[in-house]
Amino acid sequence: MALLQVQNLSVSFDTDEATVGVLDDVTFQLAQGETLGVVGESGCGKSVTSLAIMGLLPKPAGRVTGGEIVFGGDDLLSYRPEQMRNIRGRRISMIFQEPMTALNPVQRIGRQLMETLQLHRPQSNKYEQIEICVELLDRVGIPEPRQRLTEYPHQLSGGMRQRVMIAMALIHVPDILIADEPTTALDVTIQAQILELIEELQRENGMAVIFITHDLAVIAEIADRVVVMYAGRVAEEATALELFSQPLHPYTQGLLNSIPSLGGIPKTQLKTIRGMVPSFANMPSGCRFRNRCERAQQICAQEIPKYFGAKYARSVACHFWQDSVVDVK
Amino acid sequence: MSFLARLGGGCQMNDIKKRNEIDSENVTENEIYIENVSYIPPLLEVQGLTKLFPVKQGIIPRTVGQVHAVDDISFTLERGETLGLVGESGCGKSTVGKSLLRLVQPTHGSVMFEGRDIVGMNRGELRALRRDVQIIFQDPFESLNSRHTVRKILSEPFIIHRRGLKAEEKQKDEQGTEAERKQNETLSPKAEREKKVCELLNRVGLDESAANRYPHEFSGGQRQRIGIARAIALKPKLIVCDEAVSALDVSVQSQIVNLLLDLQQEMDLALIFIAHDLAVVKHVSDKIAVMYLGQIVETSTSEDIYRAPKHPYTEALISAIPVADPTRRPDRIVLKGDVPSPIFPPSGCRFHTRCRYALPRCSEETPLLELATDNSSGGSAACFFWEDLKLPHSQTKEIASK
Repeated sequence: MALLQVQNLSVSFDTDEATVGVLDDVTFQLAQGETLGVVGESGCGKSVTSLAIMGLLPKPAGRVTGGEIVFGGDDLLSYRPEQMRNIRGRRISMIFQEPMTALNPVQRIGRQLMETLQLHRPQSNKYEQIEICVELLDRVGIPEPRQRLTEYPHQLSGGMRQRVMIAMALIHVPDILIADEPTTALDVTIQAQILELIEELQRENGMAVIFITHDLAVIAEIADRVVVMYAGRVAEEATALELFSQPLHPYTQGLLNSIPSLGGIPKTQLKTIRGMVPSFANMPSGCRFRNRCERAQQICAQEIPKYFGAKYARSVACHFWQDSVVDVK
Repeated sequence: MSFLARLGGGCQMNDIKKRNEIDSENVTENEIYIENVSYIPPLLEVQGLTKLFPVKQGIIPRTVGQVHAVDDISFTLERGETLGLVGESGCGKSTVGKSLLRLVQPTHGSVMFEGRDIVGMNRGELRALRRDVQIIFQDPFESLNSRHTVRKILSEPFIIHRRGLKAEEKQKDEQGTEAERKQNETLSPKAEREKKVCELLNRVGLDESAANRYPHEFSGGQRQRIGIARAIALKPKLIVCDEAVSALDVSVQSQIVNLLLDLQQEMDLALIFIAHDLAVVKHVSDKIAVMYLGQIVETSTSEDIYRAPKHPYTEALISAIPVADPTRRPDRIVLKGDVPSPIFPPSGCRFHTRCRYALPRCSEETPLLELATDNSSGGSAACFFWEDLKLPHSQTKEIASK
């Protein structure tokens, strides 16, 4: 059975003018020990999905309007706030893109770590706690961990701050680690370090990881299975191998074609997806990608494409996905 | 000096005029050597560029140290060419870009644009320079005035620079048929600007109605198009793109890259393309300079640098780039630790603290950027052992062959 099951999840946000549906009918599963990549451009709803799982949607603007999130046999959406608090940080942890905004700038690293520790292990005394913190920081590869405890977040580099965040997420080894663009603000060499660290911790602890990013190349490196999101819906879901060798949704194909490759010929025109992501207030009817799609026909404006189980463990939301099977290079 | 001559190679036999314009004070050793041959200076020639930022401390601020943001770098750029500057954050690549427009004042060194040194220019000269050299920033939202309409933003360059425009340049500006020129002459300055703004908007792929709107009404990609329109308004010869596509989504990024490539071809633009995304840099550049802690550690053509990196840092940087192909999960070369502080850069080779090939000599002597050419590739590298190392690591080779 799947560890986490997101079923037909819909989320809407109230704005001054209207209520906009940000997630529409999002469905995916996460198996034990698996790395699920969630990829899409800004505004596609990938972060909102993770916030909904954590029960951290901004209130009162954000509301879950339908669907369920099943974890450990229960629907997380039915949990009371204090029940959710027991899940967060213990069973599901999260790390964010910019650790500088997630860490308190006026508190020392040690105090912040110990605060979390106290919440989860209130029985231990202060000296034990310090030792645990040192151990944790050492585990995530921070040099001179004892000294770091007395430092403030701004004294650390971006990569180090992200490591502190990971250490905090690992105080209780969670069942699921949600990583929301954890390497986007980092340099490639530091990104490689953090990816390595996450993979290593996963091997050790057997936790499942939901890795959210806009970078397809990072997904290719780390994910077992991939969910491609577009404008609040799932466009395609497949294993990483299948997705990159045979993308079925025209959006996935467009994305893959528009990244310049290292082996490509310099100074040639890149392939692009025409137009831009529609705003939530102004969504096209039917398939939300149809205005930018070369394959679009009348039916695309009338009917929302259903998820076709194109193959085992693979689905795609396109009326004409079969055309891609022929298209493949 | 030899690598400079090689990279630049701006010698031509047929134009004495430009040569004579060079102020005799500014004639450097390099130029004397070729004095007998008539010489067109390259579009841009940077020599020994250094920028130190003072570190101040105390209630009465006292300088207690210096950040070596850019330390003695040199390169040349020809007309219509693209130089990619890559490196991690804090390596000084943006400072280099800003120095070229003198948005920061270099501490030492010279920046020669068409044979004129911009370091000593006065305000009037700088204004004239900025007609030829423009910059596009990473976040167009911060670089566009949010209280001005797009029309105002795009007409400003014409208002500022029209006044000082010489008659001949004006003529050059208004190429076209006799009838068109006549029509242009009858236009009032305001109507003329209006026409130019529409042309610019069309050129960068925006609707003419965009002129009446404000920057916040546009998406990131569209705002970057406005930034580009403003940069090309005065038909510059060089544009510095400082992380110009880094903040954009992939599908939009490719549109902007294509636009820049188009414009470059159309206007014979030279570009300095500063970015941390090596795949994008490789795609747009003719040659690439890799920077580490304020210094250039390797220069090469964009083909060679990925196929055959010479410097261990370049090799590590390339191996760290994720590749969109799950069948090839590489053994990344994971560099240990962070970039050292530029206030106290390491002795000798600045990369020796993180280099997996480092030997005692590396911390004692400073390697110079020297020609590093073997049978299959050119370029230059600042490493004592580039020949012995026989880079690249097999994995990097594999990426390049893909």
